[in-house]
Amino acid sequence: MLNKNIYLILVISLVFAISFWIGFNVNLLPAEASINAPIYDELFKILFIIGLIIFIGMTIAVIYSLFKFRKRNDQIGDGIALEGNLSLEIVWTIIPSIIVLLIGLYSYNIYDRMGGMKELNHNHEMMSSNTEKIWAGISQTSDNEIAINNLSIEVSAMQFAFLFNYPKGNFISGELHVPVDKKVSMKMESKDVIHAFWVPEFRIKQDIIPGQPTILNFTPTKVGKYPIICAELCGPYHGGMRASIIVEEESDYNEWFNKNKKPEVNL
Amino acid sequence: MTISIDPQKTNNESLQPKGWLRYFSFSLDHKVIGIQYLVCGFLFYLIGGTLASAIRIELASPMSDFMPRDVYNQVLTLHGTIMIFLWIVPVVNGAFGNYLIPFYVGARDMAFPRLNAVAFWLIPPSGLMLVASYFVDGAAQAGWTAYPPLSITTPQSGQIIWILSVLLLGGSSIFGGINFIATIIKLRRPGLKLMQLPMYCWAMLGTSLLVVLSTPVLAGTLILLSFDIIANTGFFNPVLGGNVVVYQHLFWFYSHPAVYIMVLPAFGLVSEILPVHARKPLFGYTTMVFSIMGIVVLGLVVWAHHMFTSGTPPWMRLFFTIATAFIAVPTGIKFFNWVATLWGGKISINSAMLFSCGFIINFVFGGITGVALAQVPFDIHVHDTYFVVAHFHYIVYGGTVFIIFSSIYHWFPKVTGKMLNEKLGILHFIITFIGFNLCFAPQHWLGLNGMPRRVAEYDPQFQFVNQISSIGALLMAISTIPFLINVFLSVRNGKDAGDNPWNALTPEWLTSSPPPVENWEGEAPLVEEPYGYGKEISERK
Repeated sequence: MLNKNIYLILVISLVFAISFWIGFNVNLLPAEASINAPIYDELFKILFIIGLIIFIGMTIAVIYSLFKFRKRNDQIGDGIALEGNLSLEIVWTIIPSIIVLLIGLYSYNIYDRMGGMKELNHNHEMMSSNTEKIWAGISQTSDNEIAINNLSIEVSAMQFAFLFNYPKGNFISGELHVPVDKKVSMKMESKDVIHAFWVPEFRIKQDIIPGQPTILNFTPTKVGKYPIICAELCGPYHGGMRASIIVEEESDYNEWFNKNKKPEVNL
Repeated sequence: MTISIDPQKTNNESLQPKGWLRYFSFSLDHKVIGIQYLVCGFLFYLIGGTLASAIRIELASPMSDFMPRDVYNQVLTLHGTIMIFLWIVPVVNGAFGNYLIPFYVGARDMAFPRLNAVAFWLIPPSGLMLVASYFVDGAAQAGWTAYPPLSITTPQSGQIIWILSVLLLGGSSIFGGINFIATIIKLRRPGLKLMQLPMYCWAMLGTSLLVVLSTPVLAGTLILLSFDIIANTGFFNPVLGGNVVVYQHLFWFYSHPAVYIMVLPAFGLVSEILPVHARKPLFGYTTMVFSIMGIVVLGLVVWAHHMFTSGTPPWMRLFFTIATAFIAVPTGIKFFNWVATLWGGKISINSAMLFSCGFIINFVFGGITGVALAQVPFDIHVHDTYFVVAHFHYIVYGGTVFIIFSSIYHWFPKVTGKMLNEKLGILHFIITFIGFNLCFAPQHWLGLNGMPRRVAEYDPQFQFVNQISSIGALLMAISTIPFLINVFLSVRNGKDAGDNPWNALTPEWLTSSPPPVENWEGEAPLVEEPYGYGKEISERK
């Protein structure tokens, strides 16, 4: 009996060790290029490790049972008439409940750190009035932060392109240019069907809905060029509906901005 | 001379065609209807599988070069619709439910045999209509979710035929659900208590409740959508002031429970198969029953987790996160109980057992990614990507379809009186298991790294992994060959099975194989312990 327990403990520790090793050493995610990304990757790592422990454990249990309890040729009759074990069943109800609850609380914490729980109505300067309904995206501002500091961009999506309107410069661009380490606030609306704005390196996604503006805020942290991908089926050329986001140093951004800026029309 | 009409006996043998012809008739025999569902479903599986192969051929290269882009969208829409509404739902519910439930409750047929036949005969015409819509003006191309406004703006005829077809299939499903509830509750043999029923009855009771509660919502939604398309109303059309997100709520109110309509019966079937081949009682019968009902209740209140990026308020995102994650608890209980059923058994390693164990492994994997997807911050990155595609194929293919095959290996001797060839069966399992995992495991990585779903073209950096996935799909297509050879050879020349080749204790095995029209020559046996393995006959109640 003692021997059996030792083997069990050994196997369990091995499963944990392998899962942690894989969790910390195998990276399945693309580059991290926004404030959200490292927070997301932290959640991913935890879920990945817990998932691996359960998956490897269950797989070993199934394969071991098949091998150990297989019917030998000389055997007749049935296995033991074990119909259940209440305490064991209570254990494997309560432990998963606790794990699920902890994961839920932890992901709430992650969501909050991503700014998901913030009221969105305060921090968008393009809000025409407080009564206009704006639907949730993810926000990264704290309430104290002054909205003026943000770069505000209006995004319109249509079959099969994104257009980025820079209201301060009075111009529209097909490429999204943003300065690094500065919060960007986007108000998005679709001209026809539902689209979605997705930047995998930023770990953010928000549907762009016709007749209903949505908000998406993010802060890029790494200079580079990343794809903007439409993630909602929007028609035959859905796969080709892509744009680029170019994250650049503030000075480069300003240069680009000033080059494209159009003077305001005085009426 | 008076003619007495016994309602249970109007299925008059002399009026019904004999032999294989009865499978093409309006038969009222639940066993014939079950096989009709199974064969019809399998034919649609072959069509849906061909469409899946077309998708994987297109995705073997990053350019859209195999078929026109709009045809690609039609193919993926038809693939999803056929696999869900014409293969998995009719087979795990209609086929096995019809064949087994009357045996399990000790009845000679379903409660409403005519309704039962109508429910089946709605399926072939609506399925053919759906496939034929391709030749009218192109099939529907807005995905199986048919989100407006895309479904309003794409060619109308295809979308309208799609709606009609899904409405008919939904009607068939509701008829079936009502029939199962009535049969399980009211047609039980005297003396048979609810808590003595085989687990598949409980699974079908739960599933049928979900069908009856949620399918009408889908029907209503699709009728409104069809008004938007043909009568220019504005329920979901933003140009006319409609709201597209309301459609998503209504659609997922059915379509999330639809996942449980596809997996709960599989949970029931595997609970019948494992004890027989492990020679052990089903572990934890009572907790299994409660976990099924827990899944039914929770399954109705998790739909908005499909809409985390649609513009859902934060409180709603959180509520649906917690509710969804908690489904893992009753589901987990079932998996632990199945492994505990295997533990200490005398396991025959045959095709039915291998497919069931493959199911456990695949489904655990899909369940884990499911708990991850339930977390809002996790989902926001991978929503509508290949990660989600991989996840739900692990649930519906790695889960349910594996159990369909397991069930075919298990009940084939019952239906035909012949055994399937075990060598071909194990070969079928090995190719399917390897092909399936090769096809779908890499897709998790694709989704995490930036490949959205439902695209005909993609970033060339994903080509290699997509090709691995396509090779897996090819193996899955090949795996059908040994299966079909096996079935055709065994029906004709299979080894004689005898009445009860597995020495099983559930009631369908306590009659001849194949069973007589009235199921038992005499009275239906009272089986109080369908899982009494390991006990002496005298110990069994």
